[in-house]
Amino acid sequence: MSAMRHLLGIGELGHDGLVRLLALTDHMVEVNSRPVPKVPALRGRTVVSLFYEDSTRTRLSFETAAKRLSADTMSFSVSTSSVNKGESLRDTIETITDMGVDAFVVRHKSSGVPWQIRQWTNAAIVNAGDGWHEHPTQALVDCYTVREALQRDRFDGLTLTIVGDVKHSRVARSNIAAFAMLGAKVVLVAPPTLLPPDIGHWPVEVAHRLDDVIGRTDVLYMLRLQSERMTQGHVPNLREYATYFGLDAGRVARLPEGAVIMHPGPMNRGVEMLVDPTALPNSLIHRQVANGVAVRMAVLYDLLVGESSSASLGEVA
Amino acid sequence: MASSRTQTTQVMSRSDVARAVTRIAHEIVERHSGLDGIVLVGLQRGGAWLAEDLGAALAAIEPAYAVPVGMIDVSMHRDDVGLRPIVPGAISRIDARIDDAIVVLVDDVLYTGRTVRAALEGLNTYGRPRAVQLAVLVDRGHRELPIRPDYVGKNLPTHRRDDVSATRDGVTVEVES
Repeated sequence: MSAMRHLLGIGELGHDGLVRLLALTDHMVEVNSRPVPKVPALRGRTVVSLFYEDSTRTRLSFETAAKRLSADTMSFSVSTSSVNKGESLRDTIETITDMGVDAFVVRHKSSGVPWQIRQWTNAAIVNAGDGWHEHPTQALVDCYTVREALQRDRFDGLTLTIVGDVKHSRVARSNIAAFAMLGAKVVLVAPPTLLPPDIGHWPVEVAHRLDDVIGRTDVLYMLRLQSERMTQGHVPNLREYATYFGLDAGRVARLPEGAVIMHPGPMNRGVEMLVDPTALPNSLIHRQVANGVAVRMAVLYDLLVGESSSASLGEVA
Repeated sequence: MASSRTQTTQVMSRSDVARAVTRIAHEIVERHSGLDGIVLVGLQRGGAWLAEDLGAALAAIEPAYAVPVGMIDVSMHRDDVGLRPIVPGAISRIDARIDDAIVVLVDDVLYTGRTVRAALEGLNTYGRPRAVQLAVLVDRGHRELPIRPDYVGKNLPTHRRDDVSATRDGVTVEVES
């Protein structure tokens, strides 16, 4: 079992890494079910969350994950930092590195920042979302949630339908890679303006009408329509978008028996979600949030309890 | 490096192991005048089969009382965390309430005592037992912590370099010659 050095993208993680982290998550789910959900595995290690972009669930789930493994946590919020005095990203990273940290959890609005930061520190880097590019821990959460709900390790024969703003979605990019790696067929449903131009190279099938594919969907993944997209002219208006791509009661009824519904949050009720997802028996949205902590525990454990970190303990049996 | 020649000696046969398990089961019943409040917790992975066999042996002695059998994976509680990574699938599972129970930790081989220390700490995340005891099939010595077993299948003096393997099929020692 070889541990990884960074978690940057699903491609770098690879199939074996993905499978290893999903198996490790089972152990963390058990820890979280204990009366005292805390283990000392990362005692003495420090995890910094560095969020240059807003986040509720990702940030809180990483911090909870670090604490449940007994790591010390530091939190950096741009609004109260020296970034306001003009400190560069590199200086911020090097300053925090000098304080002695073991991992950075990074979210940034620009694609590629986690790869860039890697050159400036010896600490492990976890990509918690970079621009439109990747959000690997969300993909791990989603794969784990489907694996748990459908009770299967491989996704061969499953169809994952991702609906909405694929173009601007790092969640979609990471999920397409991860689900395809586990054998699922991925279908994208979006207006042409919300599909990326390089889609020809992706392992996906494209549809422009949700109604064409909903009947053969096993996992329906609704993306959030970021409202600022409308002002940029990607969609004519929210009502039209909702009519063609929103999930309403009629479409829920047309899903095959046993199909499940997912959403990465935060949700736009009345736009992509026209039904109350809490009222749907086949919604996995709450499981996605609940599994977020366990998956991120597995990631931090794998990064920080690897062979490299154990070397400092010397050769003892 | 050490020479590649090794010699393997069998020190307990399959029936020796079965007899030792039965004897330990009787000792547990005798010490507690029954099985009320007893919970067995096997240490993943080596202690898992022994905890199951011990549970079956206890059920044969006192059929009226079903002793809960749980498993604990101590990887995340070790002081040398990282040297022994989590083994996928060897997940902790303790369904019984352990508050005020008498927990008997079960492992195949007792050596430095560090695994048992980790298990004692791990148990605290499930509750506060009334007492914790330790049952092992083989005590091979070389303790590094103040830990001693309450029930022992066999005391086996070994060298640190020896490799001890304990399964249902018997106990073997691999010695460098």
